[in-house]
Amino acid sequence: MSSAGNSHPNGAPAIRAQRLCRHYRMGETVIRAVDGVDLEVSAGEFVALLGSSGSGKSSVLNLIAGLDRPTSGSVIVHDRNLAQLSREDLSRYRLRTVGMVFQSFNLIASMTLAENVELPMRFAEIERGKRDSLAREALTRVGLEARMNHRPSELSGGEQQRAALARALINRPQLLLADEPTGNLDSHTGTEIMNMLREFNQQLGMTVVMVTHERGLAERYAQRLIFLADGKLVSDETNSALVTGTERERR
Amino acid sequence: MKLPDLAELAVRNLRESVLRNSLTTIGISVGVASLVAMLSLGIGLQQLASRRLMKSGLFDTVVVTSRRDLRNFNRDPERSGPAPGESRTLDEATRQEIERMPGVLEAYPDIRFITELRYEDKPHLTMVAALPSSAQSTDAFDALQGHFFSSDTATEAVIQKTFAEELLGRLPKSGLDETNVAELAVPLLGKELTMRYAQREAAPSAASSAASDSAAADQGLAGAAYSVVSRQLKLKIVGVADLDPESMRGPTRARVFLPLKLAEGLHVMQPTDLREISRAPGDQPVYSSVNVRVKSPGQVQTVEDSIKKMGFNTFSILDASRSIQQFFKVLDVFLGIFGSLALAVAFIGIVNTLVMAILERRREIGIMKAIGASDGDVKRLFFAEAGAMGILGGVVGVALGWAIGQVINLGTNVYLKRQNFPPEHFWSVPWWLVGFAILFSFLVSLAAGLYPAGRAARLDPVQALRYE
Repeated sequence: MSSAGNSHPNGAPAIRAQRLCRHYRMGETVIRAVDGVDLEVSAGEFVALLGSSGSGKSSVLNLIAGLDRPTSGSVIVHDRNLAQLSREDLSRYRLRTVGMVFQSFNLIASMTLAENVELPMRFAEIERGKRDSLAREALTRVGLEARMNHRPSELSGGEQQRAALARALINRPQLLLADEPTGNLDSHTGTEIMNMLREFNQQLGMTVVMVTHERGLAERYAQRLIFLADGKLVSDETNSALVTGTERERR
Repeated sequence: MKLPDLAELAVRNLRESVLRNSLTTIGISVGVASLVAMLSLGIGLQQLASRRLMKSGLFDTVVVTSRRDLRNFNRDPERSGPAPGESRTLDEATRQEIERMPGVLEAYPDIRFITELRYEDKPHLTMVAALPSSAQSTDAFDALQGHFFSSDTATEAVIQKTFAEELLGRLPKSGLDETNVAELAVPLLGKELTMRYAQREAAPSAASSAASDSAAADQGLAGAAYSVVSRQLKLKIVGVADLDPESMRGPTRARVFLPLKLAEGLHVMQPTDLREISRAPGDQPVYSSVNVRVKSPGQVQTVEDSIKKMGFNTFSILDASRSIQQFFKVLDVFLGIFGSLALAVAFIGIVNTLVMAILERRREIGIMKAIGASDGDVKRLFFAEAGAMGILGGVVGVALGWAIGQVINLGTNVYLKRQNFPPEHFWSVPWWLVGFAILFSFLVSLAAGLYPAGRAARLDPVQALRYE
C-alpha cells in the first residue's frame, strides 16, 4: 500500500483534466455544469469529489467515465484523451478501464445477480464457461454467493450495491468510479460498502473517485478531498484527518 | 456481443413483457398467414389449371393442315408462302418428315369419318376417329370404364358416354351432366359393334377407263383411279369414356374411337381423297390433318415455326396457354399485395412495440452503456428482438396459413362432393413459399427494427441514467 498523504503514489497521474468544460443549453440559457476544471488524480489514489447538488461533481464523474463528452478542454485517462475517442472506442474504454457504481445501484431488474455481474463480460465477448466462474468468484468476494440466482428486487439495498460492486470489478478495471454509493443506504450498510471500496483501493491498487455530498464519509475514507461549486473547483486538499488517523492506527 | 449471447438476451427481453410481445408476434403471424394463404391459393389455382390443361393434351399438340385445305383453323389465311393450289400435300412422307423434327414426340394422321355402326341390329350414325396409344394418358380417359385398346391394331372400340347413352336408348339429360359412366358401361363392355365403312381401293389399272379421256391423259392424270368398296368390321367395346377427349373440336368431334394402326389399315375414304386424286401417287394416303405431339409445351413454338416453313398451316393453343400463365402471374401479384397489407400493419406493430420498449427500457439501455455496451451492441440487441419476433411470427404464420388453407380445401371439397364433382387440390404451400414467408417476415421485422434500434443506440446514457 502506498503511504497515505502522498498525492502521487506511483508518480504518473491516472486522470488529468485540463480546462474541462461541460455546458448544456437549456432554451436560451447556457448551464455551465462543469466550467474549467483542472484536476489530477494519481494511479491508486482514493479521491472524493464533494459539493452540494448542482455543483457539477456528478458531471465531472460522467466525463471521467466516458459517459459524456466535454464541451471543451480534455480528460486524459492513462494517456488517452477521452474527448478524441470515437463512440466505439469510448464504449471499449468504459468496458475495460472503468467500473462504475451508482446511488441507485442500477442493476437490471429482469436479470439475476449472476446475470447482472456477467453482463459486462458478454459485451467483452468472454466465453460462457469462463464468465460463469468469474461471476461466481466476484459474487463470493462480496459475500453474495448464496444469492446468485436471485433478482435484485429480492435483495436489500446493501446487497444490491455489493452486487453492483461485483459487476463493476468483473472486467478488472483500473478506475473505480462511484456516484453517491451510500446515498440510498443506512449508515451501517453504507460503512460496509465503503470498507469494500477501500479494500479494492488498497488491495487491488485501483484508483477510486467517489462523488458524495457527505463530508464526514469522505473524510473517513478518501485520501484527497476535492470541493466543487457552480462547476468550478474551489479547493483540493489532502485529507489530514485520514492521514493522522491511519498514522495513529499504525502506531 | 456474440450471436448466441445476443439471441439469448433478446429472447429473455421478449419474455419480460410477454403479453405485449406475444400480441406483436401474433400480429406478424396473422400478416404472414394472410400472405401465405393468398399466395398458396394463387399457386394452387395455377397448378390446378396447368395440371388440367397439360393433361388435356392440348398444350403440347400442334395440328397441321395443308394449305390446300381451304377451311383451315386460321381464320385469316396465311399471306406468305405458296398459294393453296401450289402448296404441298399432307401425305405419309410429310408426316414422317415432321416426326423426325427435333422436339417432336409423335406425328399421327387425323383419321375421322362419319359412318354407320350397328348395335343389336339398330343403326347409329356417328363420327369415328382414330387415337394413338399415347392418348390414354390424357385426362379424358381418367374416368375410363373398362380399358384402353389392348394393342394398336386390336379390333376394339372405346365409346364416348353420350354414344353409350344412345346405344342403350337413353335420352341424354339436359343441364348438369351427372350420368354415371360406370352404370352405363356395365351392359356395354365386351359387346360387339358392327362398323360399316367405305374403303378406298387402288384400281388394278386405270387404262381401261382412262382411254376415253385423252385430255386428262395429256395432263398426266390418266393413271389416278380407285374404287370405293363397302366393308364392315366387328369391333368389341372395351371402354366407355366419361369426358370428351376432343372437346376442342366442336362439330367434328367423334364419339367412337379406334386404335390408330387399325384405322390406318382400313383405308377409309377421306374427304381429301377426292380432291387429291391427281396428287397422290399410287396408294399413298393423303391426310386432311396431322396431329403433332411435342415433347414439352416450351417447344411448341419452334416446331410450329418449322412446320410453317415447310408450307403448311398449323394451329396450337399455345397462345391461349400463354395468356393463362400471364393471368396467373397477375393474380399472384395481386394476392401477394393483399397478403402483404396485413404484414404492413404488423410492421407498424413491431415499430410501435420496440419504440415502447425503448421508452420502458431507457434506464436499462443507459446501464448497459455505462458498463461498456457499445452503440452496436444496443442496436444489435434491438435488431435481434425484432428478428426473433419476425422468425417466430413467420413460423407461426406459415403454420396458421397452411391450416387455413387446409380448412378451406376441406370445406370446398365437401361442397364439391355434394355437387358430385371429383375432389380437387387447389391449395398448395410449396417448400419455397414456407422458406420465403419466414425469410420475408424476418426481413420485414428487421426493417421495422431499423428505426427503434437506431434510436436506442443513440440514447445518451447520462440522460437515461439521470432519472429514477
